This record gives sequence, structure tokens and C-alpha cells, in this order.
Amino acid sequence: MKQFSYVRVTSGKAAISELSKDKTAMFLAGGTNLVDLMKSGVTNPERLVDITRVPLATIEATKTGLRIGALAKNTAVAEHPLVLKHFPLLSQALNAGASPQLRNMATVGGNMMQRTRCHYFYDTALPCNKRNPGSGCGAIGGFSRMHAIFGASDKCIAVHPSDMCVALTALDAVITVTGAKGERKISFGEFHRLPGDTPEIDNTLQRGELITAVDIPFNDALQQTHYLKVRDRASYAFALVSAGVALSLKGNNIADVRIAMGGVAHKPWRLKEAEAYLKGKPATEEHFREAARLTMAQAKAEEGNAYKLTLAPNTIVEALKLAAANGNI
Amino acid sequence: MGTDKKSEPLNRVDGRAKVTGKAKYFAEFEVPGVTYCVLVTSAITRGTINTINTKDAERAPGVLAVFTHLNMPVIPGWANPANPNAKPPSGGEKYQILGSNKILFNGQPIALVIADTLERAQYAASLVKATYNKATHQTDLLKNTEKAAMPGRFGDYSRGDNKEAHKTAPVTLEADYTVPVEVHNPMELAGILAIWEGEDKVTVYAKTQGVKATQRTLAGAFKLEEKNVSVHSEFVGGGFGMGLRTWPQEVAVVAAARQLKKPVKLVMTREQMFNLVGHRPYTIQRISMGANKDGQLQGIYHEATAETASYDDFTEGTVAMTRFMYACPNVTTKYRIVPLDRGVPIWMRGPGEATGAFALESAIDEMAHKVNMDPVEFRVKNFTLTDPEKNKPFSSNNLKKAYQLGSEKIGWSKRNATPGAVKDGEWLVGYGMSTGVFGAHRGESTCRAQLNADGTLVLQSATSDIGPGTSTAMVQIAHEVTGLPIKQIRFELGDAALPPSGSQGGSATVSSVGSAVYDACMALKGVLADAGLTFEDGAVKPAAGKSAGLPQVLAASNKQFFEITKSSKGGPEQQKYSMYSFSIHFAEVRVHPLTGVVRVKRVVTVADSGRIVSPKTAASQMIGGVTGGIGMALMEEGVIDHRFGRMVNKNLGDYHVPVSADVPHIETIFIDEPDPYSNPMGSKGMGEIALIGFSAAVANAVYNATGKRIRELPITPDKILSA
Ligand SMILES: Cc1cc2nc3c(=O)[nH]c(=O)nc-3n(C[C@H](O)[C@H](O)[C@H](O)COP(=O)(O)OP(=O)(O)OC[C@H]3O[C@@H](n4cnc5c(N)ncnc54)[C@H](O)[C@@H]3O)c2cc1C
Repeated sequence: MKQFSYVRVTSGKAAISELSKDKTAMFLAGGTNLVDLMKSGVTNPERLVDITRVPLATIEATKTGLRIGALAKNTAVAEHPLVLKHFPLLSQALNAGASPQLRNMATVGGNMMQRTRCHYFYDTALPCNKRNPGSGCGAIGGFSRMHAIFGASDKCIAVHPSDMCVALTALDAVITVTGAKGERKISFGEFHRLPGDTPEIDNTLQRGELITAVDIPFNDALQQTHYLKVRDRASYAFALVSAGVALSLKGNNIADVRIAMGGVAHKPWRLKEAEAYLKGKPATEEHFREAARLTMAQAKAEEGNAYKLTLAPNTIVEALKLAAANGNI
Repeated sequence: MGTDKKSEPLNRVDGRAKVTGKAKYFAEFEVPGVTYCVLVTSAITRGTINTINTKDAERAPGVLAVFTHLNMPVIPGWANPANPNAKPPSGGEKYQILGSNKILFNGQPIALVIADTLERAQYAASLVKATYNKATHQTDLLKNTEKAAMPGRFGDYSRGDNKEAHKTAPVTLEADYTVPVEVHNPMELAGILAIWEGEDKVTVYAKTQGVKATQRTLAGAFKLEEKNVSVHSEFVGGGFGMGLRTWPQEVAVVAAARQLKKPVKLVMTREQMFNLVGHRPYTIQRISMGANKDGQLQGIYHEATAETASYDDFTEGTVAMTRFMYACPNVTTKYRIVPLDRGVPIWMRGPGEATGAFALESAIDEMAHKVNMDPVEFRVKNFTLTDPEKNKPFSSNNLKKAYQLGSEKIGWSKRNATPGAVKDGEWLVGYGMSTGVFGAHRGESTCRAQLNADGTLVLQSATSDIGPGTSTAMVQIAHEVTGLPIKQIRFELGDAALPPSGSQGGSATVSSVGSAVYDACMALKGVLADAGLTFEDGAVKPAAGKSAGLPQVLAASNKQFFEITKSSKGGPEQQKYSMYSFSIHFAEVRVHPLTGVVRVKRVVTVADSGRIVSPKTAASQMIGGVTGGIGMALMEEGVIDHRFGRMVNKNLGDYHVPVSADVPHIETIFIDEPDPYSNPMGSKGMGEIALIGFSAAVANAVYNATGKRIRELPITPDKILSA
């Protein structure tokens, strides 16, 4: 096995200082993504800083929202009574991801930082600008069935694979990170980025920064939720397309709505235009269709993922329908 | 046996050993001083190795040797270990692992790294660096159909005048079907553990479906007497066909162990399982069919074109079913293979027929629809009791009863013949059905029976159990012949030194080995009779008028046990009758019109496979086969990026097999009527028919639900949406 050093820390401060000792060093949380990447030679850190003992796993209510520690396990979040009560969408999204075994290990911070599942990224014998900048994008003109229809570039068409992040994007979560220069906050929609010319950079976290928490503002009106994940088998598969919806109805009118999608872009894809369109309108299929149509105006596909041009709007419509219906049952 | 008496559903005799970990699989045998082999594989698809740098690997801690084409020990009998009879159809080059610098397929081994621990071998393997001279490669069958050649086996077939029938038939159809590369992916990884004693004697623990076959391969490769090659494979964690060969890299490991004079173990990685142990070949098919308006079939043309390797022609009976399944006067079949720069395919559960049945049974459904007939009725209308290919009666054929039982169970009468007419909430509801068939083979097999003084009966045969519950079935057969309690009977297998048997493949084990067990137990009765003993009331008792029991008789003749070895094979009945096992699959599906998601909601599967020897493990076989069928129908596909000639989804996260949530309740029904000719038990094979045809039942149900005909497997949401 390739040699690397390993250190376990018990405070955020120590984590940051240990990380700074080696420019290849990486935080190790649940390890469900990082260890796989190391085994396949995609990521080759010479130092691992195990942060699992850093006390950042608390889930608690603040005055304005819910604060989830970056080391809270996916399962703990999905099953937490406050999450179930205030943010059922988050629980639904988490439970749609991976398997129970993985969710028992995976952490909130690790989930946000997980890397794309693009086949070309994982296979070191194939070109990939994200893994090896300048080597080309294997997926363009190749097996692109899982790939992006929004915001892709000619350097990279990979998607961010997380389900949890779709819900957090829809729910206007804010991330707290801390580094040598102190703490800063990043709104969820600005955390992940589009590939542009630098697909090797997944997000706006700076080298040396540790994610400590995610805050979700209370918005109890948004109680009607649905996370719809379309995939190749009933469980344990990444999304072809997913849509997370949280809305509130006044009579049959949409009082407020949040929509985000997964499996369509290099980042969780928030549907602000569709939301604005739907606000105040009756919750009818025609309006859902129009909202989807507005969203799709920016979509662009390869041959392999052209079906997403049909699947994505259908998924939006269906998720809206199901969210609108669930409050009525 | 061979009677109408039904067998009891027995728990697996080795179930406890399996769930407690007592059962040992090849990689688990602990051998002092064992060393570990890791394969380094080619990143290119065709060309030559220019340079290969092994220095860093050789210097890495714990490394004992790095073998490449430059220093691979010679294997004396090694003509072509992939398949000694292989004749590449293209006149292509021979593949000898590490035999030259030539690369014939992506993922081909280019080095064996052997170290004192697995981790050290893995690390050293990562240090081996090769440079290549790339040549253009061809991995896309669709772009190479002009190379399609008729293989030596499975020549063209024709009866009647198909062309004329097509001209005159009032209703015709023509359609193309595609089955992608599928990979067996048993849970247990493939490999071998080799231990030499000197230069002339070797013991291996192997993942193999045939201990005798592995013994023969190794004896041939190393020019040894068979008795000097011990092969152990008592438990196998699934095979589905990939264990029917001793693969070149396994032979190479045995050679390395001889050279190093140390035990060497290879366990392939999951990724290597996608390239190095065969796969179901990518196959395109064309069917054209003609029928009368009343549904009487007039003609079927069925052509299949499948991939093979450039270095080895793999063939299978893809179009075989079309020749005999239905009463149809004019039938033509053609089978072609296309050599590609790919690793060689191998039989995968329901080999050939599973691919062919998807096409034929989809087309039959299409035709039934065209003539406005219920697909079950259509099949009954074209039913035949005589095999029209061989012009012989079927040894047994209860398909009509099977259609009826299955229809009743699934509630076929509820099916609305108009596609897209039935909804359950938003979901479209569809019913589909299909037929599966596979030859009811019986090979030669030998069994030794040993009756001990304490009344325990030990049966031995060099067969394998890749999971169906072979030991359980054999114990059951012996129990039914002798009446001895199950607990007193033990079946021993998985050791090449035992009396010879064939490999576990082609659903023939119960028929072949079971017959030998049956014959040995019958012969044992004779031995006992001669000694004044008899099986009675579940025990060995003195025969009428005698008083000495088994221990006394043995003691008096100075024996520890009675033994008899019996070889068994079919007789002239094998020529007189056409012998097949049949299955009927019924599936109820839900299809989401917006997302294209297909869910199999309910399955009824009916097996007409003679007398059921072991009802519980037989039901498990059917459930397992249908589960594999769900994978074939809805998700399994090895995707090759032809620009690189490389498989892109070579892991179990991206190559999908069904998870529990994909598998509904599967109802199994057995006709359970003895076949009068198949073998003494009246049984026929089950492993293949459990899967064969199932994908068509799903495709037909999807059509019934949506009006969309998906002729390219797997039926994924994108295909539903694009159809
Ligand atoms: C087979 C399989 C199927 C899966 N299916 C799904 C699915 O369907 N949907 C889905 O959403 N996910 C899925 N996943 C991914 C899974 O959700 C992620 O692997 C997991 O969330 C990662 O969390 P972790 O704690 O294990 O992270 P690790 O593997 O420990 O770390 C991942 C990355 O995050 C960094 N990191 C971790 N914590 C922090 C922190 N606090 N601050 C800064 N950086 C940090 C690490 O340095 C590393 O780069 C699947 C994974 C597997 C293996």
C-alpha cells in the first residue's frame, strides 16, 4: 500500500494546524468516499487528519433555525426529530442516498465534499480534466448518460452526486467554515461551483478550511415536501435526475416554494426562476409544466444524456405534484 | 423415485456451515508461507508493450518476483490455456498470458507481482510502469459486422421455405433486438491458490465449477499425471458460468508458484472480474416472422450476431430455441460471431438461450398482438408435442398445463390487452409473459457409496456446488432410495480425487450426478442383499430370516464398511427423445409515464422440469434465476467506451444488479411430473430455465403497460422516455 501518515485530532483547531503540515494532507471523516478515491489512485494524500473525534456532531435548534454539526452522521440527521419536524425534505433526500451502512458512516461535511461519480474521473487510465487537468474530458463524446445538462463546460460535464445537498440548497442552508484566518459563512448555493475552465475545483472551500456546521433557517410554512429520485434501480444508485421540493399552499395557491435538482449539474441546481414563476399561482399541472419549461431553457445535452431533457422537466413536474398532494392527504 | 411421490422440502444440508463461516472458500485456506499475487493489467486495448519497468516494484518491500512477458516461466504444455481447441475465426493471434508483448484486449494482464503480503503486492503492482505502441482497436460489434463469420459450431439451419412463407403470410413482422455485455459477478471473487510439492505434484484450491476440468487443464499445462494435480473446491460463492474455465491468469499463478517454490494465491479484484473471467457476449438479433390471421405461425427467421475475442471463438446456442419451440413449418436460423479486441466471453446463466429467448419471446408477443390474440393463447395455438427440429417426441412437455397454472396464479384474465389502458395511481400497469427452455442434459458421472458400521452413508463424487444446493439434492436422492434418515447421509464433493463427474454447468448436475448417486444407492441395496441385510424403516436391518445386523456382518467379514462405485449415463432413450426443460414466466410491472421507471411488482414462474428432487432448493433456484432475470431486463449492462476499448462501469456501484427493493414476491410453481426418460429420478435441469425468457416477460409487460416496445436491454428509464 502507498505509505501515508495518519493523525487523529480532537479539536477543530488541531485539525486545521495538522492539515497545514503537509500540502497533500486531507481531512478524513466517514471515509466512504476518500478511502475509495485513495484505493483507486485518484486522490493521493500523504497525510490523513482524522476528524471523526472532533466534537462537531451536534444537531440543535438555534433561535433562527437548525444547526447541524459537520460531523453528524447522515443517518443521525435523517432520523433526528427536529429534522423530521422542520425539514422533512432533508430527511427524505438523505434516505434516498447510498445504503444504510454508508449513511451510518458518512458525515454531513463529507457528503458536501464528496466528489463526482463520473467514470472517467475514477479510472486513472482514462482522460479527465477534473482528476488530471489538461488531459481532456472523457465523458464528452463518451459515456455521458449520468452527466450534466446545466452549467457544464467544454472541460467537464460531471455532476455533483449528492442527494443531501439538493435538499440543503433548496432549504437555503448556510455553511460555516473555519480556517487559519478565522470563521466565515458560505450560502449553500455558493458553496459548489460550476466547472468552467477549472473543473478540478469542486467548491469554494479554501485549502486549510474545515467545515464545522450547516444552518438551515426555520421556515415552517414549507411543510409539503417531496424528494423524487429517478434512478436505475429502486435503491442504492445515484440519481439520473432528482428533484427536491418544499412548498406551502394557501387554498390551492402556492404561497411559497423551493425547488432544487440533483444529477443535472456540477452543483446542486436551484430553480429560482421556476420558484418565482410559481409563487401565488394555483398548484396545477399546467403551472408545474410551465415552471419546468422555464428551467429547461438553459439546458444543453450530449447524445448520451439527451433523455434528461425530457426526464428533468418531468421530474420537476412530478415532484411538485407529489409535494402539493402530500399536504392534502 | 421416478414415481409420483413428491419430495420433502429440505433445508440445505450445508446451510449451517455456510452461515457460521465453517464452510471454507478457496481464498480462506491457510497455507504456511503463502505469498500473494496481484495482476497488473493493460491500459490499452491493442498494440504492443514497448517498455515495462519493473525495477521499482522489484525493489519494493516484501516483493518476491515480478513476472512479465520478459521473464515468465515457460509452461510446458501450454498451447493455448484459454481453450486448447480455440481456433480464432479471423485467423487471429493466439493469446498466451505473458507469452509476448502483444496486447489483445483492454485489461489483459501484463505483469504478475508476488509479495509476502497482499498489501505489499498491491503497492508494488502500482509501481510497474509500461509504455505501449498503440494500434487501432475494434471493440464495437456494430461497426464490425462485416467480419461476422459462421463458427464451426452452430451452423445455419433451415426447414421448409422461409422466403416463400414470408411472401405469402398475411401477417408479418421484422424486428431487431440487442442484448448488451453482461457480467456474472458472483459474490466470491475468482482466483486460485497453488501449492507445489517438488516439480511434479501440485495442489490447488480454486474457484471452479469443475474440479476435474481444472485438474485436466493444469495436468495438460504442466504435463503432469492427473493424479498429481489435486484440486479442491468444496464451496463456491456463485459462478453463473464464469467458473467453467481455468483462466489463463490462474494457470500463470500456478506456474509462478512452481518457479518460486512457494505457495501463491491470487484473488482477482472486482474490476478484473469484468475483464478476465468472461461475460455474456454483446449480441444483436434480427427476427422476422410470418403468421396466418388465426395466429398459426408460418415462418420464423432468426439471426444472431455475437461478439467473440480476436483470439478465441466463443459460441453458444443463441438461436437454438427458435428451431423447435413452436409448430412452424418454415424456420431458418443463422448464427455469426464477430472477432473483437475484447476478452473472450463465456457461458453465463442460460447461455445463448437467455439472449435468444429475449428476441424470440418478444417477437412472439409482438405477433400475438398483431393478430389480436392473447399471447398465452397464441403460444398454445402454436404448441407442439413433437420437436419439429429433430422430428422426435419431447420426452415430456407440460407447457399447456404450465400456461394454465401460471395464468391463474398471476390473474392473467385481469390483463387488458390494450396497451396503456390500466393505471394504478399515476403508474401504468402491465402484464407480460414468456417461455424459457433449455436442454435437459445428462452427462456421465460416477459416485462412490460407503455404508459405515454405524449406519451412516457417505456418497462421493467430484462435482461442484456453486450454490444450487447440490449436496442437499444428492442427500435427498440417497434418502429416497435407501430410506436412511437425512442426518445419516453425507455427500462429499469438490475434490478432483473423488470419482469423476462433469463440471457444474448446463443445469445437468442433478440429472448426471444424481443418477450416479441413485445407481450407487441401488447397487448398495444389492450389496446388502448379498450380505443378508436390507434397508428397512430408515435403517439397515437383517434380511428376512437373518439375525445379524450391519455391525455384526461387517465385523464377521472383517470390513469397516460396504462400498460400491457406480458410473452412470443415459442410454438409447437419449437419442429417441428430445429432452428439454421448460419455464413460463409471468410478470406484472408498473411503469411511471413521466420518469420512465419500471418496477416489477409481482412474478409467477412455472417450471416444467420433471420431478422436483429437492423442492426447497429448487424454489430458491427459480427465485435466484428470476432475480438475475430482473437484472437482465432492467439494469445489467457492461458499458464499453469504444474510443478506448475499455469498460467504464467495471464496479458494482455502476454496474447495477437488483437490490432487495427491486425484487418483489416471486411465486414459484412446479409441474413436478416425472419425465419418464430423462434419468432414474425423472428430473430435468432448472438452473438455466429460471432465468431464460424472463427478460422478455418484462419487456412484454412494459409493452402492455405503455405501448412501447423496448427491444434493447436493459429497459432503463431513458429508453422508456425516448421510445
Ligand atoms: C457505493 C456508494 C453509493 C453511494 N450512493 C450515494 C447516493 O446515492 N447519494 C449520495 O448523496 N451519496 C452517495 N454516496 C456518497 C456518500 O454520501 C459519501 O461518500 C459520503 O457522504 C461522504 O462522507 P464521508 O464522511 O464518508 O466523507 P469522507 O470520505 O471521509 O470525505 C470526503 C471528502 O470530504 C472531506 N471532508 C470531510 N469532512 C470535512 C469537513 N468537515 N471539512 C472539510 N472537508 C471535509 C474529506 O477531506 C474528503 O475530501 C455513495 C457512496 C458509495 C460508496
